[in-house]
Amino acid sequence: MNIGQTDFYTQAILSLAALVGLTSFLMLGQSRLLRLIFVFALQGFLLTLTTSLAAYSLGNPHLYISAALTLLLKVIFIPWMLRREVLQMNIHRDIQTLKNKTMIMLGGASLMVFSYYVLHPIVQNTAPVMLNALAVSLSVVLLGMLLMISHRQAVAHVVGFMSIENGLFFAAIVATKGMPMVVELGIAFDVLVAAVLFGIFFLHIRSSIDSLDVDLLNRLNEIEK
Amino acid sequence: MNWLIAILQSALFIILAPLLAGWLKYCKCRLQNRKAPSLLQPYQDLLKLSNKQPVVSEQASWLFITAPYLIFSATALAASVVPLIVVDLPTSASADVIVMVGFFAFARFFLTLAGLDIGTAFGGMGSSREMTISSLAEPAMLMAIFTLTMTASTTNLSGAIAHVLDEGLVLRPSFVFALFALVLVAIAETGRIPVDNPTTHLELTMIHEAMILEYSGRYLALIEWASQLKLMLYGVLIANIFFPWGIAETFALKDLGYGLLAILGKLALLAIFLAIAETLVAKMRLFRVQEYLSFAYLLGLIGMLSHIILEASR
Amino acid sequence: MIAAYFVLLIPFAGIIFFAIADSRSDMGRINVYFNAVCLLATLWLAVNVVNHGTILSANKAYIVDPFNVYLIVLTAFVGLTTSIFSAPYMAHENEIGKLTAGRLKLYYTMYQGFMLAMYLVLTTNNLGIMWVAMEGATLATVLLVSLYRTPESIEAAWKYFILCGVGIAQALFGTILLYYAAMQIGDGSNALLWSVLYENATKLNPEILEIAFVFMLIGYGTKIGLVPLHNWLPDAHSEGPTPMSAVLSGLLLNDALYAVVRNKMLVDGTTHSNIAGYLMMGFGLLSFLVGALFLHRQKDIKRLFSYSSIEHMGMMTFAFGIGGSLATYAALLHMTVHSLTKSAIFVTVGHAAQIAGTQRIEKIRGLIRTQPQVGWGLLIGTLAIAGFPPFGVFTSEFLVLLATMHSYPWLAPLVLLGIGIAFAGLFRHIQPIVYGEKPEGQLPVKANLWPVIIHLGLVLWLGLSIPGFLAHWFSQATVLISGSTPL
Repeated sequence: MNIGQTDFYTQAILSLAALVGLTSFLMLGQSRLLRLIFVFALQGFLLTLTTSLAAYSLGNPHLYISAALTLLLKVIFIPWMLRREVLQMNIHRDIQTLKNKTMIMLGGASLMVFSYYVLHPIVQNTAPVMLNALAVSLSVVLLGMLLMISHRQAVAHVVGFMSIENGLFFAAIVATKGMPMVVELGIAFDVLVAAVLFGIFFLHIRSSIDSLDVDLLNRLNEIEK
Repeated sequence: MNWLIAILQSALFIILAPLLAGWLKYCKCRLQNRKAPSLLQPYQDLLKLSNKQPVVSEQASWLFITAPYLIFSATALAASVVPLIVVDLPTSASADVIVMVGFFAFARFFLTLAGLDIGTAFGGMGSSREMTISSLAEPAMLMAIFTLTMTASTTNLSGAIAHVLDEGLVLRPSFVFALFALVLVAIAETGRIPVDNPTTHLELTMIHEAMILEYSGRYLALIEWASQLKLMLYGVLIANIFFPWGIAETFALKDLGYGLLAILGKLALLAIFLAIAETLVAKMRLFRVQEYLSFAYLLGLIGMLSHIILEASR
Repeated sequence: MIAAYFVLLIPFAGIIFFAIADSRSDMGRINVYFNAVCLLATLWLAVNVVNHGTILSANKAYIVDPFNVYLIVLTAFVGLTTSIFSAPYMAHENEIGKLTAGRLKLYYTMYQGFMLAMYLVLTTNNLGIMWVAMEGATLATVLLVSLYRTPESIEAAWKYFILCGVGIAQALFGTILLYYAAMQIGDGSNALLWSVLYENATKLNPEILEIAFVFMLIGYGTKIGLVPLHNWLPDAHSEGPTPMSAVLSGLLLNDALYAVVRNKMLVDGTTHSNIAGYLMMGFGLLSFLVGALFLHRQKDIKRLFSYSSIEHMGMMTFAFGIGGSLATYAALLHMTVHSLTKSAIFVTVGHAAQIAGTQRIEKIRGLIRTQPQVGWGLLIGTLAIAGFPPFGVFTSEFLVLLATMHSYPWLAPLVLLGIGIAFAGLFRHIQPIVYGEKPEGQLPVKANLWPVIIHLGLVLWLGLSIPGFLAHWFSQATVLISGSTPL
């Protein structure tokens, strides 16, 4: 099925999927925290667009609520909180050197291929559009994990964590037209609580090691020092 | 008749190029709260330069004097193959993307040779920088262009535009990426901020200006005109491939008129965006340019991948 | 069905109460009351289920069948006994200045929050809500792990938060895939309800379900503590307050396993192959062996027993993976006895650490001379968890071994080997702790050992003879999961 023959909704969803995937890659290669947070907010915004589009074209009003929740949480609240944290810690001028940036990017690309590979059995039963959307969201999840592995700042870890949520949310919207309302509210509640807890944790980590560099959290180890 | 239109279109292209540069300057000045020069200022500059006696260094060889003519004619030829207001011209048989890129490469080759020819430090430095950037920009540009041509199944520009027109409004992820990649490449190739600053002669940062530092009089006028032409070429390319609506498909006078209006509007709009971007963004360090261009390449690559993965028929 | 609502409402009331009430000295006692009332409600629920079979609430939001009702009762029971232990324990921590009154309040609020999340995981019929509640359990306990605010505890809590959060995200992806498969056969509103999916399991697309199960196993497996996703577990157990370690080991891990088994039931119904089972066997056996080996090199007593938890969770996962009625029966029994024994052990370990003033194994010595009850409790608990007859763990491990020999005889030596390694690993550490020379000036602490006595007594009882009603109950659950009657 050629893309020219699909409806406008599918085309738009595919374009948004591609852009969401791109923001994940951008986050992976970002060495400045403020820009990282900005790209994260951008991804949240793309997600809001996707949700509103789905709500509009499927005539599913409860998705508007999800879209509003996403906008509030992922585009406004969490980036605002992280930004404030970064400015307070005065680490926004630090450039964090990523070791093996090329390797990380290549790893990201292979994760994307891997997601296609994993989800390929699905394609026999459904439209290729679904495979693409699911594969992109799975790769957003995996790229979020890679982001957490490759960055050392706690703030970057939170961004990775939340972008994993973004990937899942995208899958839920595109593949299944949103989860049942209770579940979505539950997930949003969990994300909100997690965000608040992260805020509390920043406070604790800062007071205990006077930095947000997670590499310094290395006291617990199987090997006795 | 058709050939006449083709020649007229090329002439129009060449004549309009300084106007675009003037408009861009006007927008930038207004954005920066300065008083803008007249829109026709670039024409007056060109006229004044061509009336002046050129001063040529004693060390200059024949290459130095021939280069401006070669550069200008190569760029003008490239302009003649790009559809401006109408598709399906007789020139469209040779309106190939690769031909166009070839013309650009030809012009650039002579420009860098001329920069080296005179033997000054700045000329050599500028040439080396220009080559570095173009060797990175060209693959990115080709990547973006190939994404388009794969969709249209032709490398013919006219054919590609006609294909996009026929298909109507289709949102393609690959086009989004290719557009971004091409914009980034265009900025680098035409020497705009943040890659190069066309208004500065600060020795550490200049690239294009360093190469033409020794030129004066009509030679300088030709090179300036060629670079204005190049800017317009990229603008037309972006405007007509990604947003071809409005371009004339027949040779009726009414259609041609609409085509002209459409392209003028699109170019004016693009120039406004460029002016805003140039006002907001600072020029980056030379060593960051490769990062910038590899990002453009990445975008082109993703565009092509998403064409293959997301859009291809299964 | 009303009983199920009570089970959920009581801890909810508990959260509200502790959140708005002022800090007071008898919070520990009130916590015990809440849990006691909740246990009564769960018993009422259990009687209903035993008499009438599976209960489905009117809007199908909750399901209580023989499988989860026994876990609900177990959860309430361990929750109650741990709260009995935690009241004097936390008061002691408060007296010696390790905790402020405000944090004590946070502790009790989150204790009830954790219980609520656990009951919700167990009773809900909606797989999405199950995920939400599982994540909720992480969120409730993460601040408890860092309750002491030492750098180590903050690190442990951060690790716990990040690893479990990321891990469980995979489970959500699996759930979304499952929902996607379900959407293709029916309408969307009911498509995440377990009971609906279970009825229509044969119609679901097996390929999607296989992929979905892999993601769910990885996701919930992080919570179970399956190797290689177990890194958070020893840290969280060793750095948090001891009552927390008891409920994490005794309840959270069980409930995560419960979520996996629920999903396995769906996948088995769809694929007609044992792919889910093989995956669980592989991960389970690996965790079992790695957990057992790591026991040998532990220096911290709470880390020691958390590795023991990894080992036992591995064994249960393995047993559920084998499938079949015997193995399932054994796994259910093992879940029960492990919960009871492990929480009893953590209670005594908590007291032992308070006596010695440290959790370092080489500093804890001569317990039996300082405070004989604690020493004996630890010794008997360790005997029980290592699988000595006549305790219940012996029975269940023996049944697992039997089932292994029956279905996969070539795996039996590995299981035996693991049991042997674990046994040696536990005893080389525990023997000097209990019998070694008593250090100068070591004094007994105020301890409430009734939870230990009750738990170990129950485990002993289960080892000697499983009472008729309980055996009937287990059989019902086994029939539900494996499709055939045991024994």
